[in-house]
Amino acid sequence: MQANKEHENKLEEMLVARNVTKTFVSHKKVITAMENVNLTIHKGEFVSLLGPSGCGKSTFLRLVAGLDPKTEGELLLHNDPIVGAGKDRGVVFQQYSLLPWMHAWENVAFALKNVDELSKAQKKEKAYHYLDLVGLKGFENSYPAQLSGGMQQRVAIARALVFHPSLLLMDEPFGALDAQTRREMQDLVMKVWSEEKCSVLFVTHDVDEAIYLSDRVYIMSAHPGKIAKELTIEIPKPRDFNDQLSIEFLEYKRAIISELERQKSLKKLSNG
Amino acid sequence: MSRYTIYSISSVLLVLAVWSIFTYSNMVDSLFLPTPGDTVKALGEEIKEGIFFKDVGTSFYRISFGFLISTVFAVPIGMMIATSRTWQAIWEPLIGLIRYMPAVAFIPLSILWFGASDIQKFFILFLGVFFQEVIMIADNCKTVNKSLIEVGQTLGFTKGEVLRNITFKAALPGMMDTFRTTWGWAWTYLVVAELVAANSGLGYRIMQAQRYLATDRIVLGILVIGLLGLITDLLFSLVYKKMFPWKALEKAKG
Repeated sequence: MQANKEHENKLEEMLVARNVTKTFVSHKKVITAMENVNLTIHKGEFVSLLGPSGCGKSTFLRLVAGLDPKTEGELLLHNDPIVGAGKDRGVVFQQYSLLPWMHAWENVAFALKNVDELSKAQKKEKAYHYLDLVGLKGFENSYPAQLSGGMQQRVAIARALVFHPSLLLMDEPFGALDAQTRREMQDLVMKVWSEEKCSVLFVTHDVDEAIYLSDRVYIMSAHPGKIAKELTIEIPKPRDFNDQLSIEFLEYKRAIISELERQKSLKKLSNG
Repeated sequence: MSRYTIYSISSVLLVLAVWSIFTYSNMVDSLFLPTPGDTVKALGEEIKEGIFFKDVGTSFYRISFGFLISTVFAVPIGMMIATSRTWQAIWEPLIGLIRYMPAVAFIPLSILWFGASDIQKFFILFLGVFFQEVIMIADNCKTVNKSLIEVGQTLGFTKGEVLRNITFKAALPGMMDTFRTTWGWAWTYLVVAELVAANSGLGYRIMQAQRYLATDRIVLGILVIGLLGLITDLLFSLVYKKMFPWKALEKAKG
Protein backbone atom coordinates (compact mmCIF):
# COMPACT_ATOMS: atom_id res chain seq x y z
CA MET A 1 0.00 0.00 0.00
CA GLN A 2 2.76 2.36 1.05
CA ALA A 3 4.78 1.52 -2.00
CA ASN A 4 1.75 2.05 -4.16
CA LYS A 5 1.22 5.51 -2.76
CA GLU A 6 4.83 6.44 -3.30
CA HIS A 7 4.51 5.30 -6.83
CA GLU A 8 1.50 7.54 -7.30
CA ASN A 9 3.36 10.49 -5.81
CA LYS A 10 6.23 9.93 -8.13
CA LEU A 11 4.04 10.28 -11.15
CA GLU A 12 2.26 13.42 -9.98
CA GLU A 13 3.01 16.12 -12.51
CA MET A 14 4.69 19.20 -11.10
CA LEU A 15 5.61 21.09 -14.22
CA VAL A 16 4.26 20.51 -17.70
CA ALA A 17 5.42 22.33 -20.82
CA ARG A 18 3.48 21.78 -24.03
CA ASN A 19 4.76 23.23 -27.29
CA VAL A 20 6.31 26.17 -25.51
CA THR A 21 7.82 28.67 -27.91
CA LYS A 22 9.67 31.84 -27.09
CA THR A 23 10.47 34.51 -29.64
CA PHE A 24 11.77 38.00 -29.10
CA VAL A 25 12.47 40.95 -31.29
CA SER A 26 16.01 42.20 -31.59
CA HIS A 27 17.07 44.89 -34.05
CA LYS A 28 13.66 44.60 -35.72
CA LYS A 29 14.22 40.91 -36.39
CA VAL A 30 12.19 38.16 -34.82
CA ILE A 31 14.44 35.61 -33.17
CA THR A 32 13.16 32.23 -32.04
CA ALA A 33 14.94 31.35 -28.81
CA MET A 34 13.15 28.02 -28.47
CA GLU A 35 10.48 26.17 -30.32
CA ASN A 36 7.90 23.61 -29.30
CA VAL A 37 9.50 22.53 -26.09
CA ASN A 38 7.67 19.67 -24.42
CA LEU A 39 8.73 18.39 -21.05
CA THR A 40 7.40 17.19 -17.75
CA ILE A 41 8.81 17.25 -14.26
CA HIS A 42 7.19 14.97 -11.72
CA LYS A 43 6.93 15.64 -8.04
CA GLY A 44 10.23 15.09 -6.28
CA GLU A 45 12.08 14.57 -9.52
CA PHE A 46 15.48 16.01 -10.37
CA VAL A 47 15.51 16.98 -14.04
CA SER A 48 18.35 18.57 -15.96
CA LEU A 49 18.18 20.64 -19.09
CA LEU A 50 21.44 20.10 -20.91
CA GLY A 51 22.70 21.79 -24.03
CA PRO A 52 25.25 24.06 -25.67
CA SER A 53 25.13 27.79 -25.03
CA GLY A 54 22.43 29.49 -27.04
CA CYS A 55 20.11 26.51 -26.97
CA GLY A 56 17.52 28.39 -24.95
CA LYS A 57 17.81 26.34 -21.77
CA SER A 58 18.18 29.40 -19.58
CA THR A 59 15.39 31.08 -21.51
CA PHE A 60 13.16 28.16 -20.63
CA LEU A 61 14.08 28.42 -16.97
CA ARG A 62 13.24 32.11 -16.99
CA LEU A 63 9.80 31.30 -18.41
CA VAL A 64 9.20 28.77 -15.65
CA ALA A 65 10.44 31.27 -13.07
CA GLY A 66 7.91 33.74 -14.44
CA LEU A 67 10.56 36.36 -15.20
CA ASP A 68 9.71 36.42 -18.91
CA PRO A 69 6.41 35.59 -20.63
CA LYS A 70 6.21 32.71 -23.08
CA THR A 71 5.16 33.47 -26.65
CA GLU A 72 3.18 30.35 -27.39
CA GLY A 73 2.23 27.02 -25.87
CA GLU A 74 1.20 25.91 -22.45
CA LEU A 75 3.22 26.06 -19.27
CA LEU A 76 1.57 24.55 -16.21
CA LEU A 77 2.68 24.37 -12.62
CA HIS A 78 0.39 22.15 -10.47
CA ASN A 79 -1.99 22.28 -13.45
CA ASP A 80 -2.17 26.07 -13.22
CA PRO A 81 -0.77 28.29 -15.97
CA ILE A 82 2.33 30.23 -14.94
CA VAL A 83 1.77 33.97 -14.83
CA GLY A 84 4.60 35.92 -13.28
CA ALA A 85 7.04 34.96 -10.57
CA GLY A 86 5.93 33.41 -7.34
CA LYS A 87 7.02 31.75 -4.16
CA ASP A 88 6.03 28.26 -5.25
CA ARG A 89 9.30 28.37 -7.19
CA GLY A 90 12.73 29.03 -5.73
CA VAL A 91 15.39 30.30 -8.12
CA VAL A 92 19.18 30.04 -7.88
CA PHE A 93 20.98 32.18 -10.44
CA GLN A 94 24.48 31.68 -11.76
CA GLN A 95 25.72 34.99 -10.41
CA TYR A 96 24.65 34.36 -6.77
CA SER A 97 22.67 37.62 -6.63
CA LEU A 98 22.90 38.21 -2.91
CA LEU A 99 22.03 41.58 -1.47
CA PRO A 100 25.45 42.97 -0.55
CA TRP A 101 24.22 45.12 2.35
CA MET A 102 22.77 42.17 4.23
CA HIS A 103 24.49 39.57 6.35
CA ALA A 104 24.23 35.98 5.13
CA TRP A 105 21.36 35.16 7.50
CA GLU A 106 19.50 38.34 6.57
CA ASN A 107 19.77 37.40 2.92
CA VAL A 108 18.07 34.11 3.70
CA ALA A 109 15.48 35.63 6.04
CA PHE A 110 14.73 38.25 3.38
CA ALA A 111 12.87 35.56 1.46
CA LEU A 112 10.47 35.30 4.43
CA LYS A 113 9.85 39.03 4.64
CA ASN A 114 6.18 38.79 3.77
CA VAL A 115 5.46 35.66 5.78
CA ASP A 116 3.34 37.15 8.54
CA GLU A 117 2.81 33.91 10.43
CA LEU A 118 6.45 33.86 11.47
CA SER A 119 7.88 36.15 14.13
CA LYS A 120 11.20 37.89 13.57
CA ALA A 121 12.92 35.40 15.87
CA GLN A 122 11.39 32.46 14.00
CA LYS A 123 12.56 33.84 10.68
CA LYS A 124 16.06 34.20 12.02
CA GLU A 125 15.93 30.68 13.38
CA LYS A 126 14.83 29.33 10.01
CA ALA A 127 17.56 31.27 8.24
CA TYR A 128 20.15 29.84 10.61
CA HIS A 129 18.74 26.34 10.11
CA TYR A 130 19.02 26.55 6.33
CA LEU A 131 22.49 28.05 6.46
CA ASP A 132 23.45 25.09 8.61
CA LEU A 133 21.90 22.75 6.06
CA VAL A 134 24.07 24.19 3.28
CA GLY A 135 27.17 23.98 5.48
CA LEU A 136 27.53 27.61 6.48
CA LYS A 137 27.25 27.31 10.23
CA GLY A 138 29.35 30.07 11.74
CA PHE A 139 29.08 32.37 8.73
CA GLU A 140 25.61 33.72 9.52
CA ASN A 141 26.89 37.21 10.22
CA SER A 142 29.22 37.50 7.23
CA TYR A 143 28.59 39.91 4.41
CA PRO A 144 28.53 38.37 0.90
CA ALA A 145 31.80 40.21 0.15
CA GLN A 146 33.43 38.19 2.93
CA LEU A 147 32.39 34.87 1.39
CA SER A 148 33.92 32.92 -1.49
CA GLY A 149 31.92 32.27 -4.64
CA GLY A 150 30.95 28.78 -3.52
CA MET A 151 29.85 30.04 -0.12
CA GLN A 152 27.80 32.82 -1.68
CA GLN A 153 26.07 30.25 -3.85
CA ARG A 154 25.30 28.22 -0.72
CA VAL A 155 23.60 31.27 0.77
CA ALA A 156 21.62 31.67 -2.45
CA ILE A 157 20.53 28.02 -2.24
CA ALA A 158 19.48 28.47 1.40
CA ARG A 159 17.49 31.54 0.38
CA ALA A 160 15.73 29.62 -2.40
CA LEU A 161 14.82 26.77 -0.04
CA VAL A 162 13.77 28.61 3.11
CA PHE A 163 10.19 29.18 1.97
CA HIS A 164 9.73 25.55 0.88
CA PRO A 165 9.13 25.99 -2.84
CA SER A 166 7.67 22.98 -4.59
CA LEU A 167 9.99 23.52 -7.55
CA LEU A 168 13.61 24.61 -7.33
CA LEU A 169 15.03 26.22 -10.47
CA MET A 170 18.80 26.34 -10.84
CA ASP A 171 20.34 28.23 -13.75
CA GLU A 172 23.90 26.99 -14.28
CA PRO A 173 24.44 27.55 -10.58
CA PHE A 174 28.02 26.29 -10.50
CA GLY A 175 29.21 27.67 -13.83
CA ALA A 176 31.39 30.31 -12.19
CA LEU A 177 33.03 27.99 -9.66
CA ASP A 178 36.30 26.08 -9.82
CA ALA A 179 36.22 22.31 -10.35
CA GLN A 180 36.82 21.33 -6.73
CA THR A 181 34.16 23.68 -5.35
CA ARG A 182 31.85 22.56 -8.11
CA ARG A 183 32.06 18.94 -6.97
CA GLU A 184 31.38 19.94 -3.38
CA MET A 185 28.38 21.94 -4.46
CA GLN A 186 27.02 19.04 -6.53
CA ASP A 187 27.14 16.80 -3.47
CA LEU A 188 25.51 19.53 -1.45
CA VAL A 189 22.66 19.80 -3.94
CA MET A 190 22.20 16.00 -3.83
CA LYS A 191 22.02 16.09 -0.05
CA VAL A 192 19.65 19.04 0.05
CA TRP A 193 17.43 17.53 -2.60
CA SER A 194 17.09 14.26 -0.70
CA GLU A 195 16.29 16.10 2.53
CA GLU A 196 13.92 18.75 1.18
CA LYS A 197 12.23 16.44 -1.33
CA CYS A 198 11.47 19.25 -3.76
CA SER A 199 11.41 18.95 -7.54
CA VAL A 200 14.38 20.46 -9.32
CA LEU A 201 14.87 21.90 -12.79
CA PHE A 202 18.59 22.16 -13.26
CA VAL A 203 20.08 23.97 -16.24
CA THR A 204 23.65 23.10 -17.15
CA HIS A 205 26.03 22.60 -20.04
CA ASP A 206 28.16 20.16 -18.06
CA VAL A 207 27.46 16.56 -19.15
CA ASP A 208 28.93 14.92 -16.02
CA GLU A 209 27.02 17.23 -13.75
CA ALA A 210 23.74 16.49 -15.49
CA ILE A 211 24.18 12.71 -15.28
CA TYR A 212 25.48 12.77 -11.71
CA LEU A 213 22.58 14.79 -10.30
CA SER A 214 19.59 13.93 -12.41
CA ASP A 215 16.79 11.42 -12.53
CA ARG A 216 16.15 12.52 -16.05
CA VAL A 217 18.07 14.62 -18.58
CA TYR A 218 16.60 16.57 -21.46
CA ILE A 219 19.17 17.31 -24.15
CA MET A 220 18.52 20.47 -26.10
CA SER A 221 19.77 21.53 -29.51
CA ALA A 222 20.35 25.12 -30.52
CA HIS A 223 19.07 27.68 -33.05
CA PRO A 224 16.25 27.46 -32.36
CA GLY A 225 16.26 25.65 -29.03
CA LYS A 226 14.48 22.31 -29.14
CA ILE A 227 14.38 19.22 -27.01
CA ALA A 228 16.47 16.72 -28.95
CA LYS A 229 16.47 13.77 -26.62
CA GLU A 230 15.26 12.60 -23.25
CA LEU A 231 17.27 10.23 -21.09
CA THR A 232 16.40 8.54 -17.81
CA ILE A 233 19.41 8.05 -15.56
CA GLU A 234 18.91 4.79 -13.73
CA ILE A 235 21.93 4.85 -11.46
CA PRO A 236 20.43 4.41 -7.99
CA LYS A 237 20.55 7.33 -5.59
CA PRO A 238 22.23 8.46 -3.40
CA ARG A 239 25.23 8.59 -5.69
CA ASP A 240 28.83 9.41 -4.92
CA PHE A 241 32.00 10.05 -6.91
CA ASN A 242 32.48 6.33 -7.47
CA ASP A 243 29.38 6.32 -9.60
CA GLN A 244 31.01 8.87 -11.85
CA LEU A 245 33.62 6.27 -12.73
CA SER A 246 31.20 3.40 -13.32
CA ILE A 247 30.64 1.81 -16.73
CA GLU A 248 26.98 2.77 -16.52
CA PHE A 249 27.89 6.42 -16.03
CA LEU A 250 30.25 6.35 -18.96
CA GLU A 251 27.60 4.77 -21.14
CA TYR A 252 25.25 7.66 -20.38
CA LYS A 253 28.04 10.07 -21.06
CA ARG A 254 28.79 8.44 -24.39
CA ALA A 255 25.11 8.58 -25.35
CA ILE A 256 24.83 12.24 -24.48
CA ILE A 257 28.04 13.36 -26.11
CA SER A 258 27.30 11.47 -29.30
CA GLU A 259 23.88 13.14 -29.38
CA LEU A 260 25.51 16.56 -28.96
CA GLU A 261 28.03 15.72 -31.69
CA ARG A 262 25.26 14.52 -33.98
CA GLN A 263 23.51 17.88 -33.58
CA LYS A 264 26.72 19.70 -34.35
CA SER A 265 27.22 17.81 -37.61
CA LEU A 266 23.57 18.32 -38.53
CA LYS A 267 24.05 22.01 -38.04
CA LYS A 268 27.11 21.99 -40.26
CA LEU A 269 25.16 20.23 -42.98
CA SER A 270 22.22 22.61 -42.80
CA ASN A 271 24.56 25.59 -42.83
CA GLY A 272 25.97 24.17 -46.04
CA MET B 1 51.94 59.79 11.34
CA SER B 2 51.94 58.24 7.90
CA ARG B 3 54.01 59.51 5.05
CA TYR B 4 50.89 60.62 3.25
CA THR B 5 49.62 62.69 6.16
CA ILE B 6 52.93 64.52 6.13
CA TYR B 7 52.54 65.18 2.42
CA SER B 8 49.03 66.54 2.99
CA ILE B 9 50.13 68.88 5.75
CA SER B 10 53.14 70.02 3.71
CA SER B 11 51.05 71.00 0.72
CA VAL B 12 48.80 73.18 2.89
CA LEU B 13 51.81 74.71 4.64
CA LEU B 14 53.42 75.46 1.30
CA VAL B 15 50.43 77.50 0.11
CA LEU B 16 50.38 79.28 3.45
CA ALA B 17 54.09 80.03 3.12
CA VAL B 18 53.72 81.46 -0.38
CA TRP B 19 50.82 83.57 0.82
CA SER B 20 52.93 84.83 3.76
CA ILE B 21 55.96 85.64 1.63
CA PHE B 22 53.94 87.72 -0.80
CA THR B 23 51.99 89.61 1.84
CA TYR B 24 54.41 90.11 4.74
CA SER B 25 57.12 91.32 2.35
CA ASN B 26 54.65 93.88 0.98
CA MET B 27 55.16 92.53 -2.52
CA VAL B 28 51.37 92.62 -2.73
CA ASP B 29 49.50 95.54 -1.27
CA SER B 30 47.32 94.55 1.70
CA LEU B 31 44.43 96.24 -0.08
CA PHE B 32 44.50 93.41 -2.60
CA LEU B 33 45.56 90.55 -0.38
CA PRO B 34 45.73 90.63 3.44
CA THR B 35 48.35 88.79 5.45
CA PRO B 36 47.34 85.52 7.10
CA GLY B 37 47.65 87.31 10.44
CA ASP B 38 45.22 90.04 9.42
CA THR B 39 42.77 87.45 8.21
CA VAL B 40 42.82 85.72 11.58
CA LYS B 41 42.44 89.10 13.24
CA ALA B 42 39.39 89.79 11.07
CA LEU B 43 37.95 86.53 12.35
CA GLY B 44 38.47 87.69 15.93
CA GLU B 45 36.75 91.00 15.18
CA GLU B 46 33.77 89.36 13.50
CA ILE B 47 33.36 87.02 16.43
CA LYS B 48 33.54 89.96 18.85
CA GLU B 49 30.96 91.86 16.82
CA GLY B 50 28.74 88.83 17.14
CA ILE B 51 28.22 88.45 13.41
CA PHE B 52 30.50 85.53 12.55
CA PHE B 53 28.55 82.63 14.01
CA LYS B 54 25.28 84.27 13.03
CA ASP B 55 26.44 84.41 9.41
CA VAL B 56 27.62 80.84 9.46
CA GLY B 57 24.37 79.73 11.10
CA THR B 58 22.20 81.63 8.63
CA SER B 59 24.02 80.32 5.58
CA PHE B 60 24.05 76.82 6.98
CA TYR B 61 20.34 76.93 7.69
CA ARG B 62 19.61 78.15 4.15
CA ILE B 63 21.74 75.57 2.43
CA SER B 64 20.50 72.71 4.60
CA PHE B 65 16.86 73.55 4.11
CA GLY B 66 17.24 74.25 0.39
CA PHE B 67 19.19 71.05 -0.08
CA LEU B 68 16.70 69.06 1.94
CA ILE B 69 13.68 70.17 -0.11
CA SER B 70 15.51 69.46 -3.33
CA THR B 71 16.53 66.00 -2.15
CA VAL B 72 13.14 65.08 -0.74
CA PHE B 73 11.72 65.60 -4.22
CA ALA B 74 14.70 64.38 -6.21
CA VAL B 75 14.94 60.91 -4.63
CA PRO B 76 11.42 59.60 -5.34
CA ILE B 77 11.18 61.32 -8.72
CA GLY B 78 14.62 60.05 -9.73
CA MET B 79 13.55 56.55 -8.73
CA MET B 80 10.33 56.87 -10.71
CA ILE B 81 12.25 57.96 -13.79
CA ALA B 82 14.66 55.05 -13.43
CA THR B 83 11.99 52.39 -13.07
CA SER B 84 9.02 53.50 -15.14
CA ARG B 85 8.99 54.36 -18.81
CA THR B 86 5.82 56.39 -18.38
CA TRP B 87 7.22 58.60 -15.63
CA GLN B 88 10.44 58.90 -17.52
CA ALA B 89 8.53 60.18 -20.55
CA ILE B 90 6.67 62.71 -18.39
CA TRP B 91 9.59 64.07 -16.42
CA GLU B 92 12.58 63.82 -18.68
CA PRO B 93 11.86 66.63 -21.19
CA LEU B 94 11.06 69.12 -18.41
CA ILE B 95 14.05 68.22 -16.32
CA GLY B 96 16.36 67.99 -19.29
CA LEU B 97 15.39 71.51 -20.36
CA ILE B 98 15.47 73.24 -16.99
CA ARG B 99 18.70 71.48 -16.08
CA TYR B 100 20.51 73.47 -18.73
CA MET B 101 19.10 76.80 -17.61
CA PRO B 102 21.74 78.25 -15.27
CA ALA B 103 20.22 78.58 -11.82
CA VAL B 104 21.98 81.89 -11.25
CA ALA B 105 20.23 83.35 -14.31
CA PHE B 106 17.04 83.06 -12.30
CA ILE B 107 18.30 85.33 -9.53
CA PRO B 108 16.78 88.56 -10.92
CA LEU B 109 13.46 86.84 -11.45
CA SER B 110 13.61 85.24 -8.01
CA ILE B 111 14.19 88.63 -6.37
CA LEU B 112 11.21 89.98 -8.24
CA TRP B 113 9.10 87.14 -6.92
CA PHE B 114 10.40 86.63 -3.41
CA GLY B 115 12.50 89.70 -2.57
CA ALA B 116 15.68 89.12 -0.62
CA SER B 117 13.97 86.57 1.64
CA ASP B 118 15.09 83.09 2.61
CA ILE B 119 12.50 81.72 0.23
CA GLN B 120 14.39 83.34 -2.62
CA LYS B 121 17.52 81.42 -1.51
CA PHE B 122 15.59 78.16 -1.30
CA PHE B 123 14.23 78.78 -4.76
CA ILE B 124 17.68 79.29 -6.28
CA LEU B 125 19.05 76.30 -4.38
CA PHE B 126 16.17 74.17 -5.59
CA LEU B 127 16.73 75.17 -9.20
CA GLY B 128 20.43 74.53 -8.91
CA VAL B 129 20.29 71.28 -6.97
CA PHE B 130 17.05 69.48 -7.73
CA PHE B 131 17.33 69.27 -11.50
CA GLN B 132 20.88 68.00 -11.41
CA GLU B 133 20.23 65.66 -8.54
CA VAL B 134 17.19 64.03 -10.06
CA ILE B 135 19.10 62.96 -13.17
CA MET B 136 22.00 61.66 -11.11
CA ILE B 137 19.70 59.71 -8.79
CA ALA B 138 17.88 58.19 -11.74
CA ASP B 139 21.29 57.09 -12.95
CA ASN B 140 22.18 55.64 -9.53
CA CYS B 141 19.02 53.53 -9.68
CA LYS B 142 19.49 52.47 -13.29
CA THR B 143 22.89 50.98 -12.52
CA VAL B 144 21.46 48.62 -9.89
CA ASN B 145 22.25 45.04 -10.89
CA LYS B 146 19.21 43.69 -12.70
CA SER B 147 19.61 40.25 -11.19
CA LEU B 148 19.01 41.68 -7.70
CA ILE B 149 15.67 42.98 -8.90
CA GLU B 150 14.85 39.60 -10.42
CA VAL B 151 15.62 37.98 -7.09
CA GLY B 152 12.98 40.22 -5.56
CA GLN B 153 10.49 39.14 -8.22
CA THR B 154 11.18 35.46 -7.68
CA LEU B 155 10.68 35.97 -3.94
CA GLY B 156 7.17 37.14 -4.77
CA PHE B 157 7.60 40.82 -3.91
CA THR B 158 5.39 43.45 -5.50
CA LYS B 159 6.86 46.24 -7.62
CA GLY B 160 6.68 48.64 -4.70
CA GLU B 161 8.40 46.21 -2.37
CA VAL B 162 11.18 45.59 -4.87
CA LEU B 163 11.60 49.35 -5.26
CA ARG B 164 11.79 49.99 -1.50
CA ASN B 165 13.70 46.93 -0.37
CA ILE B 166 16.07 46.34 -3.27
CA THR B 167 16.40 49.17 -5.80
CA PHE B 168 16.50 51.92 -3.18
CA LYS B 169 18.93 50.16 -0.88
CA ALA B 170 21.20 49.05 -3.69
CA ALA B 171 21.29 52.56 -5.11
CA LEU B 172 21.78 54.26 -1.74
CA PRO B 173 25.60 54.30 -1.72
CA GLY B 174 25.56 55.89 -5.17
CA MET B 175 22.96 58.39 -3.97
CA MET B 176 25.20 59.33 -1.06
CA ASP B 177 27.94 60.15 -3.55
CA THR B 178 25.43 62.21 -5.50
CA PHE B 179 24.46 64.13 -2.34
CA ARG B 180 28.09 64.77 -1.60
CA THR B 181 28.64 66.25 -5.04
CA THR B 182 25.45 68.29 -5.20
CA TRP B 183 25.99 69.62 -1.68
CA GLY B 184 29.20 71.18 -2.98
CA TRP B 185 27.32 72.79 -5.85
CA ALA B 186 24.68 74.04 -3.44
CA TRP B 187 27.31 76.13 -1.65
CA THR B 188 28.09 77.93 -4.89
CA TYR B 189 24.43 78.71 -5.59
CA LEU B 190 23.84 79.88 -2.05
CA VAL B 191 26.81 82.22 -1.96
CA VAL B 192 25.94 83.70 -5.33
CA ALA B 193 22.38 84.27 -4.16
CA GLU B 194 23.65 85.86 -0.95
CA LEU B 195 26.09 88.07 -2.82
CA VAL B 196 23.30 89.51 -4.93
CA ALA B 197 20.51 89.93 -2.44
CA ALA B 198 20.69 89.27 1.28
CA ASN B 199 20.84 90.97 4.66
CA SER B 200 22.85 88.26 6.34
CA GLY B 201 24.92 85.18 5.64
CA LEU B 202 28.46 84.52 4.49
CA GLY B 203 27.92 85.78 0.94
CA TYR B 204 26.33 88.97 2.23
CA ARG B 205 29.31 89.52 4.57
CA ILE B 206 31.74 89.21 1.67
CA MET B 207 29.75 91.74 -0.33
CA GLN B 208 29.65 94.13 2.63
CA ALA B 209 33.39 93.79 3.14
CA GLN B 210 34.04 94.70 -0.46
CA ARG B 211 32.07 97.89 -0.01
CA TYR B 212 34.47 98.96 2.77
CA LEU B 213 37.53 97.54 1.03
CA ALA B 214 37.98 95.18 3.98
CA THR B 215 39.90 92.63 1.95
CA ASP B 216 40.80 90.65 5.07
CA ARG B 217 37.11 89.97 5.67
CA ILE B 218 36.58 88.97 2.05
CA VAL B 219 39.39 86.45 2.21
CA LEU B 220 38.13 85.28 5.59
CA GLY B 221 34.66 84.70 4.12
CA ILE B 222 36.03 82.70 1.23
CA LEU B 223 38.24 80.60 3.49
CA VAL B 224 35.38 79.89 5.89
CA ILE B 225 33.16 78.70 3.06
CA GLY B 226 35.96 76.44 1.90
CA LEU B 227 36.49 75.05 5.39
CA LEU B 228 32.77 74.44 5.92
CA GLY B 229 32.72 72.59 2.63
CA LEU B 230 35.67 70.49 3.67
CA ILE B 231 34.13 69.65 7.04
CA THR B 232 30.79 68.60 5.56
CA ASP B 233 32.63 66.56 2.96
CA LEU B 234 34.50 64.70 5.70
CA LEU B 235 31.20 64.19 7.50
CA PHE B 236 29.70 62.72 4.35
CA SER B 237 32.52 60.24 3.97
CA LEU B 238 32.27 59.32 7.66
CA VAL B 239 28.53 58.71 7.39
CA TYR B 240 29.16 56.70 4.22
CA LYS B 241 31.58 54.42 6.01
CA LYS B 242 29.21 53.98 8.94
CA MET B 243 26.19 53.32 6.73
CA PHE B 244 27.83 50.96 4.25
CA PRO B 245 30.45 48.86 6.03
CA TRP B 246 30.08 46.22 3.31
CA LYS B 247 31.31 48.65 0.66
CA ALA B 248 34.80 48.64 2.13
CA LEU B 249 34.74 44.82 2.15
CA GLU B 250 33.79 44.73 -1.52
CA LYS B 251 36.61 47.08 -2.35
CA ALA B 252 39.10 45.01 -0.37
CA LYS B 253 38.02 41.96 -2.33
CA GLY B 254 38.51 43.80 -5.61
